[in-house]
Formats: sequence, C-alpha cells, structure tokens
Amino acid sequence: MSKILIRGAKILGGEPRDVLVDGETIAAIGTGLPDQGVTTVIEADGEMVLLPGLVDLHTHLREPGREDSETVLTGTRAAAVGGYTAVHAMANTFPVADTAGVVEQVWRLGRESGYCDVQPVGAVTVGLEGKKLAELGAMADSAAQVRVFSDDGKCVDDAVIMRRALEYVKAFDGVVAQHAQEPRLTEGAQMNEGVVSGELGLTGWPAVAEESIIARDVLLAAHVGSRVHICHLSTAGSVEIVRWAKSKGWDVTAEVTPHHLLLTDELARTYDPVYKVNPPLRTEADVLALREALADGTIDCVATDHAPHPHEDKDCEWAAAAMGMVGLETALSVVQHTMVDTGLLDWAGVADRMSARPAVIGRLTGHGRPIAVGEPANLVLLQPAYRGTVNPAGFASRSRNTPYAGRELPGKVFATLLRGHGTVMDGKLT
Amino acid sequence: MRHLLSAGDLSRDEANLILDTAEEMRSLADRPIKKLPALRGRTVVNLFFEDSTRTRISFEAAAKRLSADVINFSAKGSSVSKGESLKDTALTLQAMGADGVVCRHGSSGAPHLLATSGWMTGSVVNAGDGTHEHPTQALLDAFTMRRHLGSLDGRRITIVGDVLHSRVARSNVLLLSTLGADVTVVAPPTLLPVDMTAWPCATSYDLDAALPKSDAVMMLRVQRERMGDAFFPSAREYTRRYGLDVHRMAQLPDEAIVLHPGPMNRGMEITAEVADSPRCTAVEQVANGVSTRMAVLYLLLGGSEPAISTARTEPANGHAAAESAAAPTAPAEPASAEPARTEHARTEENK
Repeated sequence: MSKILIRGAKILGGEPRDVLVDGETIAAIGTGLPDQGVTTVIEADGEMVLLPGLVDLHTHLREPGREDSETVLTGTRAAAVGGYTAVHAMANTFPVADTAGVVEQVWRLGRESGYCDVQPVGAVTVGLEGKKLAELGAMADSAAQVRVFSDDGKCVDDAVIMRRALEYVKAFDGVVAQHAQEPRLTEGAQMNEGVVSGELGLTGWPAVAEESIIARDVLLAAHVGSRVHICHLSTAGSVEIVRWAKSKGWDVTAEVTPHHLLLTDELARTYDPVYKVNPPLRTEADVLALREALADGTIDCVATDHAPHPHEDKDCEWAAAAMGMVGLETALSVVQHTMVDTGLLDWAGVADRMSARPAVIGRLTGHGRPIAVGEPANLVLLQPAYRGTVNPAGFASRSRNTPYAGRELPGKVFATLLRGHGTVMDGKLT
Repeated sequence: MRHLLSAGDLSRDEANLILDTAEEMRSLADRPIKKLPALRGRTVVNLFFEDSTRTRISFEAAAKRLSADVINFSAKGSSVSKGESLKDTALTLQAMGADGVVCRHGSSGAPHLLATSGWMTGSVVNAGDGTHEHPTQALLDAFTMRRHLGSLDGRRITIVGDVLHSRVARSNVLLLSTLGADVTVVAPPTLLPVDMTAWPCATSYDLDAALPKSDAVMMLRVQRERMGDAFFPSAREYTRRYGLDVHRMAQLPDEAIVLHPGPMNRGMEITAEVADSPRCTAVEQVANGVSTRMAVLYLLLGGSEPAISTARTEPANGHAAAESAAAPTAPAEPASAEPARTEHARTEENK
C-alpha cells in the first residue's frame, strides 16, 4: 500500500499544511508530518494549492462510436491532466447510451482506464429523439447506477416528455439535465444572434431559445416537485430565470462552461470554426453575468462540455463544421483566470463549484468531499503561479479543438490523486 | 489590397480607385476589340460552389477581357464532408498555380477561410458567400449609381427587401456608407437582423415614407420560399407593402434611379412596368458588372501598372506583373491618371 506525503500544500488556498495519504484515504493533516514509511513525497513548497479532485458533470468521451475523436481512455487521461477525478460521460454516443447495456459498457471502460471515475449519463429518450422515454429505471438499477439523465446535444423540447421524465426520475433520486434549446428558434443556427451574427451573415441562435426552455422547465420541475439541472447555461437572461427559481426554493441547479466564462461571439469574426460551439459564445455582458452568477452561487458549478472533434470536422467552412470544443485540460486554468485572478472566487469557492456541488448534483459518493482525515484521497494539487501558453500538441485528449491555442493561461495541475493513486505526478500522466 | 472579401475592408480611396479603374475598363466596351493584355499569363479560377450563371459569366468575361486564362470550377460541395472538399479543392487550385480565385460559396465566410487558411496563396475574390457579402455586386451598384448621380457623397439611397438573408444588402450598406451616402434599408421587421445597431445605415418599415427622399432605390430579390418560414404572410401582401410599382416609382424624385441586382421576381418585389422602365438600371448593371470585375481583377492581380497603358510594353509587363503579384502589393496607381488609348487594344487582338 502506497503512502504519499504532500508537504506544504495550501489546502483550499489556506495556510500550508502537510497531507499524508495512506492507501486510498487521507490519513493525517498537519505540519511537519514525518516521512517514515512514505513511498512518495510531493513538495508543494508552500505555494501549491490542494483541492478535492474535480468533478465534471458534462463530458463527451465519444466512446462507443466516435473513437476517432476520443475514447474513454484518452478522455479520462485528459481529465486527469486537468485535475479531474470523476467525469460524467454524456449519452450522445453511437449507439446512444439509452440502455443499461451501453451505460454499463461505458462505466466498465472507465474502471479499466484507471485515470478517472467515469459516471455514465443516460439518455432521457430513446435515441435522443425526444419521442419516447428511455428505460431510465434500468439504467439507474444497472451497475453504472445512473442518476443524471440528459439528451444533451438535443433539447427535450416536448413539454409532456419533459414533465414525465422529471416525475419519473424522482423514484431513484435522479435528475434531468436539460440542454435548453428551443429547436424551432434555432433551425440552422450558427452563432449567437446579435450584432455580430447580423454582420457576418451567420444564422442566429437567439438567447430566448435557451431562456424560454429554462423558464418552462423550472416551472415544470416545481410543478412535479422534482429537480432539474440546466446544462451549459450561457445567457444573462438564463441567469435571471435560475435566480428567480432558486428564490422560490425550487430544486434547480445549473452549470456554466469555462469557455462561456471567457470567450465572446466577437471571435466568430475570424470565421474559425474552433469557436463554433453549442450553445454559442455570447456577448461580453453575458460573460460578466455568468461570472457573477457563478460567484454568488446562482450557477452551481463549472462543467466543461468537453467536446472532442477530429481535425477535419473543424478544418472547414463555419457552417459545415462540428460544434464544440475540448475543455478538460484547460478548465481549471480558465476558472483561475476568470474567477480567481479577478477576485470573484477564492480557492474554497473553486473547490465548491468544480468538485463539491457537481458531485452532489450527480449524487456521486466519494467525490467532492472535504479535505479531511478519513476522506477518500481524491485530490488535485495545482501551481497557481504557473504561466504558460496553451499548446494543443501536448494534449492528452485525442482531439485538438481548443479555442485557447497560443493563449497564455495561469495555473497548472501538478498532481492528481484518484483514491490515493497518482494519475498525474510532476505535471505528467503516470 | 490582396483579397476582396468584404466591402467593409475597402477604404474610401480604395473604393474610388476601383470605381475609377472600372470607368477606364468601361471605355473598352465601346470599342470593337474589347480586350487588354494586362493579365496575360495569369490564371483566374472561378470556383463556384453554388450555381450562379450570371455572376460566373460576368467574372469570366472580365478575366478574359484582361487576357487571363480562366478555369471554371463548378464544385458543388459533397454532402458528406464539405469541409474536406473545400480544403482539398483549395490545395488542388494551389497546385495548379491559380493566381486568383473567384469564390462563390453557400457558407458565409468560406472565401475568408480560403484567404486565411494558408491552403493557397492566390488572391481571393468573394463572389458571394452565404448570407454574408457580395462585394463586387456592391461595387458595380455603386459604379452604376455614380454614373447616373455623380458623387455619392450625401446621396440618399434606399435598399428594400430581404436584408436579413441578402449578401447584396450587407455589402452595399458598407460600401455606400464608405462612399459617403446616406443609406436607409427598408424591410418588414422579420427580414431585418434583430440587432442592426452597428450597421452604418438607417432602418425603416415604411417604403412609402422613404421613396420621396431617395436618389436611388435598390430592390432586392425576395424568395417566395421565405413565406414558409412565416417571414411574411403571402407574396401578395409583400408586394402590397414592399413591392415597387409605377405608383410608388412616381413618388421618387425625377432623377432617381431604380436598381435591381437580378434575377428579378417580376410581380413580386418589382412590377414589369418598373423593371422595363428607363429608370431601372438592371441591364446596365450587368454591363457595369463586367467593367467593375475587370477593375477588381486587374488591381488584385495586375500589379502596379496602369491598366490601359500596359499593352504597349506587353512582354516586359507580363513579367513585372508576375513579380508584383508574388507579394502583397499596395493598390495600384490610379488608372485614371492614364487616359485610355485605343491603339493599345489593337495590339491584343487574339480571339
């Protein structure tokens, strides 16, 4: 059994402490802990910040079906590099994860990878088609123990199907994670509808297409007494609706992606499809509203919406390009840049928004726990003073579609521990 | 000027240089031999991913009158992987040594991608991309207006129709405002972009109010299939509210002209009587299109020599042009500084 001593780590950004990890759990926290019997010592130098291992509610691992863009193995390696110890694998695979068989396959691939826990998300409807409920109970009762259900990539737009799904998952404490996109308002949509779309002649994706679905769904969730989670919330108006729903005491949670915290639709002026994503990049006013909402807790968590695509799907004209960007390996840096370095959130806040809260929403046990003696040793140690330029060629992900290539971002993951096992050590995958 | 991707990229001086050069080119049209040697040895590819016979033959005529070798590449994108086909097509054109690529594409930004991707080094002319821009159409429209109205500075120009989907409208608003005109776009609210605050023009829903204050009115083609998406209730209602008939035309000031980029939907946005009236410049626009595109191709590909005078020192010029086009060059000297001389055309009679 390995024993790892982390020396001088700032737990949640606090005063430097030593943390002893014995086997799979945190065995001791203090100062000047002895290193007898320790197999590995990690020097945090009083500079590095120790957080609970990050939890992603929204990851596309692409396996089965699109192994050319990502596999469970490459995706979980990317997750470990980014400081994640658990990711939720979205259901829009080929075949769709709408049966117990597929979710168990993904779950098993995750266990075999050993880099990160993989919690499959089950589809709400058969084939993501929005017509017929998938066997949600079978997925919940399977070895994968699915609790999050989503047709992500597509909206559950039929109000009756959505209502039934919200009601049905109450039986096993599930949650429906809605990709809020009114389909008729977004036919052929290419980018945020606004000043820039009008100039560029790209079909607009209006904010109201997201907000109208969120408004409907928080009302539905309240009506049936269930909980609803809003995927990748992207507009200032959506923030207002979620804030209002929470003020009513309704069980509504929401996530924001790192890219929506940093990038705006002005980038579409390059016509470079690396900036094409769904929901689209919005305006600066939206970005600022999202940061504020994440800081005040209206938005519960950061989720990457890590969406790998092969090069050829982005090396083309805008309208023909696939939507999405990879995010696992840059999420923590973007959050540091947009939230911590701006003073909106401290490291304890980051731990809450990127680990504790997503774990609670996903009903994951063993993740998002406090850093305390007896807790599972799911940890990430990062160097906040690091400054580096994003180089996609060095990614662990199989895909390179990052909007941050060449951009300087702060922070680097130095070590990631998954139940006491170093998946990343010295900044490198083990 | 290396590429022509957006009318908004043109400064007033550059726009005027193109229009002045087009005027020189226009003078050729009245001669028995309509050909110049300026682009001899240069290869221009008309790369059309969308069907557009009018624009393609206009560019083809323009390039041929400048003695360029013209290749027409009708490359309708494959539905499976359009992206690969654009890239591979560009690489193919590069391998063939295309000096200029005239690109029409259904996807907004495709010419921009060709120009900036590094796939090819030739000059790119946007011949209409998606619902974005069609800068040579705007140039030929401005050219036509200038011939009738003189300087466009302070002129009131009204653009009517499906602005939301119109690349002609976008390019015209940008170019005409650069040239100092007061532009108003008129459309039903459904056919305007939701946020036009950054557009250098006024907007109105009321055609009748705009007409008496218009020195020129440009009627855009409105596709009947827009009805299916509820942009307007019926073709007849559109015509009643936004169509130009003789009664509305009578509200225009006496010297005002009516433009249409074609092809016209007679009976929809314009009645046959207006279309066939002497005030409508639709046919003249087609002729001017060739002159304007000659000017654009010449300025992009021909280097720094004045257009018309080049025939005299033809072999040397061919060499010089090849050199000057190898690197991004400043706009050519105004061709208008060199008066057109008929004898030059004689030397280049090959046909």
